[in-house]
Amino acid sequence: MKYRILGAFAAVSLLAACAHQAPPTTASTGTGAAAAPAGVVPGSEQDLVQNVGDRVFYAFNKSKLSDTSQATLEKQSAWLAKYPQVQVQIAGNCDDRGTEEYNIALGQRRANAARDYLVAKGVSSSRISTISYGKDRPTAMGDNEEAWAQNRNAITSVK
Amino acid sequence: MTDPHLEAALARKLRDHGPLLLPRRGLLVLSASALAAPVLPARALAQAAPPAPPQNPGAQSAVIDVDHARTDPIPIAIPDFGGGSELARGLAQVITGDLGNCGLFKPLNPASFIAGASPDQVPDFKAWAASGAQALVTGSVSGSGNSVRVEFRLWDILPGQQIQGTAYTTTAANWRRIGHIIADAVYERLLGEKGYFDTRIAYVARTGRRGHEMTRLAIMDQDGQNNKFLTNGNWLVLTPRFHPTRDEIAFMSYAGNRPRVYTFDLNTSRQAILGDFHGITLSPRFSPDGNSIIMAETRGGGSDIVVVPLATGAGRRLTDSGAIDVSPCYSPDGTQIVFNSDRDGDQQLFVMNADGSNVRRISYGKGRYATPVWSPRGDLIAYTRLGEGGFAIGVMHPDGSAERILSEGFDVEGPTFCPNGRVIMFWRSSAANREGVYSSRLVSIDITAFNERVVDTPTNASDPAWSPLAA
Repeated sequence: MKYRILGAFAAVSLLAACAHQAPPTTASTGTGAAAAPAGVVPGSEQDLVQNVGDRVFYAFNKSKLSDTSQATLEKQSAWLAKYPQVQVQIAGNCDDRGTEEYNIALGQRRANAARDYLVAKGVSSSRISTISYGKDRPTAMGDNEEAWAQNRNAITSVK
Repeated sequence: MTDPHLEAALARKLRDHGPLLLPRRGLLVLSASALAAPVLPARALAQAAPPAPPQNPGAQSAVIDVDHARTDPIPIAIPDFGGGSELARGLAQVITGDLGNCGLFKPLNPASFIAGASPDQVPDFKAWAASGAQALVTGSVSGSGNSVRVEFRLWDILPGQQIQGTAYTTTAANWRRIGHIIADAVYERLLGEKGYFDTRIAYVARTGRRGHEMTRLAIMDQDGQNNKFLTNGNWLVLTPRFHPTRDEIAFMSYAGNRPRVYTFDLNTSRQAILGDFHGITLSPRFSPDGNSIIMAETRGGGSDIVVVPLATGAGRRLTDSGAIDVSPCYSPDGTQIVFNSDRDGDQQLFVMNADGSNVRRISYGKGRYATPVWSPRGDLIAYTRLGEGGFAIGVMHPDGSAERILSEGFDVEGPTFCPNGRVIMFWRSSAANREGVYSSRLVSIDITAFNERVVDTPTNASDPAWSPLAA
């Protein structure tokens, strides 16, 4: 068995899906975003969030990509083609209307669905890592349908 | 101690048997020896039976059938132990707490006590009976520091006899554990099955708002005391599970942003990743023999059940459905595995042989089913059920029959059995408000769905795991 002793980890912050709050239908999916504001570095995380759309959303207990989600991933693949040095992580997330353990696998299924789409659009799979936080890193606060819809997502972030 | 006969009996017992070492929890060295009954005065002798378990438990005795206890908890008197120390008072409180909280005993208010309780004399049974007691616990504490001696006796009031007498020697730091061991002895002698008070709970301590929480592995005694945090909170940690015999837990950590199953040595705090897997590894549980861990590994759009011998760390895949197969748990005899799968469309419970053969679905009720865990007795599987309105904790037989819901709520999840299978612990979370503020508590409940109680934790808590009894 390959053992690795842990215990002296630096306090690196988790790549949590909590940095950007936006309802599923608006800004962060990229539609109609304003022209690049001053100060946004092309190819950066901020560029991705503001000008492309960093996340896609899923129906309850599902991992199928909607038309809107596919459109967002199209933009992501074009953006990744433009900045070939960029590596990304896709984090799958779930609402809290499921159980913890199952939701980790469900979040991974969602992250994989998004990754597979990008790969099918020509992005090298070596540039994409995936992770799932299950229901433990909700983006939207509050427990209601609106928040749950936002929390069922796959969020792409620059590594 | 003043009774020369008792002293002689104790010395003889110790000579005959020597100190009995209970190796557990690292530094604890504890010895126990049997205590003979005190010499009975002439008045009591006439009616006293030998100090042995009653042969015919019934109305005349405090010994009862545990399944009938729900409507008839045993009234028991637990006066402060002799010796006058803080510890003597504390021991009585620990025992009172354990027996009272389990719901099968009714500790009497000390204000109602008529008789005194001298540990080395035969109790005034008539006076205790008049106080309403059917059983009486007496004890004394002597010594201090590294050598504390605790004697306890359990008396059956109506027949007027000693049921058990035991002396323990340990360090003062272990005093609460002695209290739990005594409570277990009372439970076992009066209910006829092993207790579960000398156990611990591992869980996930949560601090902060939803979505921004710090999570730490934590461990405490089953009564919520001696809480200790095991990890520093830098990484998300989930699902601690006890090894059946060693001071070790398996859990899931997001260390290095690489979510995997780890083991954690409770004596050294050493963590070790389990094996070398491509996918996320999650939902670990030890096999009953303690030689391997069964868990899930994500692969493609699903996850497989994988068994990992601790000696090699090399996983062997047991399921290959392409669906999400998670949350495996062995039957106590190790021949069967219950797990959670969405292979039929949504989450349901399945049982298979330990080699992965003969998979059959067992849950057919309304809603989705998750987090199955097999009772240590083998006769029940507890689970989380997810419905339209909320979650529920339930139990069913391993063939899926006789489903019973024990508790419901917005989010009740993740049952774990105490060692004798009589009590389940799970967590209960509230909905979060718009600021992400919510509560999450550990809750215990008897498998007959009575006596639901919150277990105190210093922070929000989830993912409880009940330890086995000490060896």
